[in-house]
Amino acid sequence: MNAPATPKYAAYICSGCGIGDAMKVGQLENIAKREGKMTVVKSHPFLCNAEGVQLIKDDIANEQVTHVCIAACSRRAKTEAFQFDGVAMSRANLREGVLWVVAQGKEHDEVRQEMAADYVRMGCAEVKKMKQPAGNVKEASSKAILVVGGGMSGMTAALEIAETGYEVVLVEKSGALGGMAGNLWKRQPFKAPYAEAQDTGVADMAARVSSHAQIKVHLNSTLAETSGAPGRFTVKIAQESGAVTDVTVGAIVQATGFTPYDMAKLPDLGGGQANVVDQVGLEALAKAAKGGEIKRADGKPVKSVVFVQCAGQRDPSGQHLSYCSGHCCGTSVKQAMYFKDQNPDIDTVVMYQDLRLPGMGEDFYRSAQQKGVIFTKGKASKVSGGDSCNVTFKDLILDEENTIPADLVVLATGQVPNAGVDLEKWNPVVTAAEGGDEAAKAQRDEMRATQSVLKLTYRQGPDMPQFKHGFADSHFICFPYETRRTGIYAAGPVRRPMDMLQAIDDATGAALKAIQAVENASVGRAAHPRSGDLSFPTARLEGCTQCKRCTVECPFGAIDEDEKRFPKFNEERCRRCGTCMGACPVRVISFENYSVDTVGSQVKAVEIPEEDEEKPRILVLACENDAYPALDMAGLARMNYSAWVRVIPVRCLGSVNTIWITDALNSGYDGVMMMGCKKGDEYQCHFVKGSELAHYRMSKIGDTLKQMGLEPERVVTQEVAITDNARVVKLINDYVAELDKLGPSPMKGFG
Amino acid sequence: MAKKEYAFYPGCSSQLKASASNYLVSTNSMCNKLDIKLTEIPDWNCCGASIGYCEGGELPRIAINARNFAQAETHLPGQDIVATCAACWLSARESKERLDASAQLMKETNEALAAAGLNYKGTAEVRHMVEVLIEDFGYEGLKAPMKKSLEGLKIAGYVGCQTNRPFGIAGESFENPMYLDKMVETLGGEALTKYEQKVTCCGGALAFSEPEKSQKQIRDIVESAYDHGAEMIVTPCPLCQANVEVYQSEINKKQGTKFNMPVVYYSQLMTVAYGGSAKDAALDGQLIRAEKLEKIAGK
Amino acid sequence: MTTANQAAIERYRNNFLKEVEANVEEGHMVKMCMQCGVCAGSCPLGPHWTHSPQKIFMMIRAGKRDEVLGSDSMFMCTSCYNCMVRCPRQLPITHIMHGLANYAHRLGLAPKGQPTRDFATLFWNNLSKKGRVNELMLTLQHYFRNGLVAGIKEAMAMQGIGLGMFKAKRINPMEIFGGHGVKDLKGFHAIIAKAKEIEDRKKGFTA
Repeated sequence: MNAPATPKYAAYICSGCGIGDAMKVGQLENIAKREGKMTVVKSHPFLCNAEGVQLIKDDIANEQVTHVCIAACSRRAKTEAFQFDGVAMSRANLREGVLWVVAQGKEHDEVRQEMAADYVRMGCAEVKKMKQPAGNVKEASSKAILVVGGGMSGMTAALEIAETGYEVVLVEKSGALGGMAGNLWKRQPFKAPYAEAQDTGVADMAARVSSHAQIKVHLNSTLAETSGAPGRFTVKIAQESGAVTDVTVGAIVQATGFTPYDMAKLPDLGGGQANVVDQVGLEALAKAAKGGEIKRADGKPVKSVVFVQCAGQRDPSGQHLSYCSGHCCGTSVKQAMYFKDQNPDIDTVVMYQDLRLPGMGEDFYRSAQQKGVIFTKGKASKVSGGDSCNVTFKDLILDEENTIPADLVVLATGQVPNAGVDLEKWNPVVTAAEGGDEAAKAQRDEMRATQSVLKLTYRQGPDMPQFKHGFADSHFICFPYETRRTGIYAAGPVRRPMDMLQAIDDATGAALKAIQAVENASVGRAAHPRSGDLSFPTARLEGCTQCKRCTVECPFGAIDEDEKRFPKFNEERCRRCGTCMGACPVRVISFENYSVDTVGSQVKAVEIPEEDEEKPRILVLACENDAYPALDMAGLARMNYSAWVRVIPVRCLGSVNTIWITDALNSGYDGVMMMGCKKGDEYQCHFVKGSELAHYRMSKIGDTLKQMGLEPERVVTQEVAITDNARVVKLINDYVAELDKLGPSPMKGFG
Repeated sequence: MAKKEYAFYPGCSSQLKASASNYLVSTNSMCNKLDIKLTEIPDWNCCGASIGYCEGGELPRIAINARNFAQAETHLPGQDIVATCAACWLSARESKERLDASAQLMKETNEALAAAGLNYKGTAEVRHMVEVLIEDFGYEGLKAPMKKSLEGLKIAGYVGCQTNRPFGIAGESFENPMYLDKMVETLGGEALTKYEQKVTCCGGALAFSEPEKSQKQIRDIVESAYDHGAEMIVTPCPLCQANVEVYQSEINKKQGTKFNMPVVYYSQLMTVAYGGSAKDAALDGQLIRAEKLEKIAGK
Repeated sequence: MTTANQAAIERYRNNFLKEVEANVEEGHMVKMCMQCGVCAGSCPLGPHWTHSPQKIFMMIRAGKRDEVLGSDSMFMCTSCYNCMVRCPRQLPITHIMHGLANYAHRLGLAPKGQPTRDFATLFWNNLSKKGRVNELMLTLQHYFRNGLVAGIKEAMAMQGIGLGMFKAKRINPMEIFGGHGVKDLKGFHAIIAKAKEIEDRKKGFTA
């Protein structure tokens, strides 16, 4: 549809669901017309039915309406009915936001009507500042997908992607496909009865990958440079020989796996001694034995073996890995079977503190017990070497120190992710290098050359940000595979510790995500969590002071710097959270349909009663991901909260610009409450860092409030979850009571 | 309804002038009213009980149970073996399941039986009287012969161990079996369904060898019945009945309690509800008289 | 007896688990224990055991033969089967306890004077004598296990109960002269003797 040259605004007020009974709709229409300056204003008793929707569609078609404000239910309701192509649209939440949350009864009619009127004002003000996003279709977008790593995760991802019909470029550092799985003699079973170790299947899989018409394999190769964005990544693939191949891909799956924790760091447990191996070392011995007698390095057959679980793992001292690697119990169970299957008389002890066998591992464990593997609950403290090792341990059931001899000791060390450069360490080096420090420059180049996997040319560093323990940051429950680099997905043990079966599932998930990414990028659509959003940020560079806050704070590394050191937005990398908009001190960043003005004008549209009316006004900026749904849910449950609040949904608390808060307080609001997602280690922020940044920014707002002569308590920030419907009500009501104690804002009447 | 016939295995305690003679008498009365014909397995022997393990071992215990099976198979063909004693049922059923599962054990057992000219074919089924009542009659069926209601009687259903574990009554849970409560309700009484000691062990044979430890168990069982307002305890197991009833005076003596809680068998409740006299129900066999039940019987 | 014990030690060397698997009722299930401890928490005599079933199983795997076979713990079993029905691994714990007790008893390693060991022996001997339990004799023999004086004391202490049982027709003083029994006593004894012979041969109690 061709957008008409002149904007034409229309407001539609629904009187259904009881809105018309509890509110004076005629008055709301007047407000939309007189104060909202809407050209067309109509009300309808059932706006979301076919007739109501047709009414709006007809006006768009016949009256050239370009901007629509719908004053009815929450923007989260009836989204399919209220979907009109080519027009900008705002929603005034009269149902969940007013009708269902303001106490019933005549005595509340006045405040209810005032609240509804304000929401109509806000809806009209917002829509006038909005533009229908035009989108930004990329003509030369690549749909090929790069898979980094040729192990079980990488091969799975490559096959899944290729079978779906997309081109795959697979880069493997070593000379053969297989990765860690290729080192194994056998793997754990994937199917019932989960009783016997199985062939790894690596050879077959590698053959399928190598011969697949849609997959191009680069062995002995690493990435020399990755630049661009989803749909247009340019990757330099460097061969060991030095030859460099350039490829263009649309998305990347990073399946770079793990390295076993170095057992040389465990001298007490015998690390470094001849007859002590780690699990990878045992696989090598088993592979050499080919199902026959397993022999030590010195050629002596193993007649007794002890597996020490959690070696250098789950370590509370901070010296070794603090976490559980998930696979090692199952791996030791399997390896113990290597011995028992070959000769049931070999003494085989698995020494554990807590056996952890995810999935159907319990059945596998039982099978090992049937085979006669002895499981001893104990913590090994010392392994003395020599021809016969002695394992000293504390028996945790019998509560006593004990020693058992063994020809061979296997240490179950954990998984250390191959996630590349730790950006926390990278950033200070780069800052120093940019300041001219020559040593720092050398260190930066060294880190990039030797530690980095992706070698991204991003402003924020060459690899993905890491979360805990060096694993690539991805929300392991809510949005697995997603990382903080749009279009780059982590799969397998680089993301979190896991076994082979989990890695296969993981790789399949990441493959699907990568396919979504190339498709989205090709039509200029946002990826998760604002999937389908066509808006993207633009900056009025003439106003930019080059403060770099946007480039530093973008959780997704979407913003680079151009040659003149202005921010350079890579919209395909952008998740449309608006964190850059919230960060910008000079407010030059905006989206077509979400800007400092769209929210700011709503803040200003609210009518602030005079002090003597004793009607406080409180602005609630609620994250649309969890907080706003929780408020809607409170309405759905007919929980009442104070009619003094005016709620504005925001894309993420990270997008909140402090100007909104100072504007609100200047114009006489009595308080501002922000509701966002949980931050920190257990974060639930859909944009990872938005909530955290908002909290940080608000911690700095005290000075501004002081200058205004306001109490710091007038601005609060809360973390809420989507299930917190009862809690958001309490938070609001408690806050209103607290503000009541403070008394009205001294700014009233100056706005 | 046609007469139902079973091969009856009363067990050592359910003989005349034995410790559970009141169980035997009331069972016979109850079965009369239900038109059940019980025929004692000819020349049955002791099951060995659980406590027989120490000296008896494995095969001798199984073999003596198999002797009873062989007698039943020969003399009462086609009839299910029915035990009233929990220990008899458990030992017999355990033996049967082991024999069913192992051809080797069956062979060895028959080798032993051959010493007395016997042979066990493995056909006899082993059941508890409670199973017969619930499965062959059903709660509705158990109402049929009722002449009196046990209305107003508050009864704690003490199931104990061996009719409950490891086999139990089909459809019941190990932690909270409800069948005694349902029986009490069927007879019009008030079942104290929240009675939390219903599957607590009374100490079993250790009532003899470890009296202190067992009496602690018994105290809990009786005390909880009082806490729930029980007027009597009902049980399906002779050892439970004896331990919980008999040792109350001992506990009173040692610990200053004033326990006087009657402990009866379900068969006694049923006999009374079916119109039997106190004598039919062997209520004169109680050490602690179940006066309220006697009163109903006397009406 | 010592020879049976020595033979077992010789035969199984330091592999006590194998010895248990071969000679103890349901001993082959010991290896399946997953050390959760539900058995220990389910036992009515829990506070009185030296070793819970969980520990006993761990000790067997750790080869602690003397400690296991000398433990009084198995004799604390009331045969309530609570551990067994709760065991998430379905170990027949009650049977294993019985089996261990029997094995320790037969090897002569079980604790001497352990009251349940003695009572259980008395019980079996009582029932096997006539094929049915003589409750009066069992009771009296139990009371007099520690000699005449102690027996009279104990019997006197319990006389109220005895009298009550007599009045209730639940005990028969005439049992002292015989009481109930099976008719084919010869056959009954022959069965036990044969079964014992087979079992003793299998479990190494006879050379």
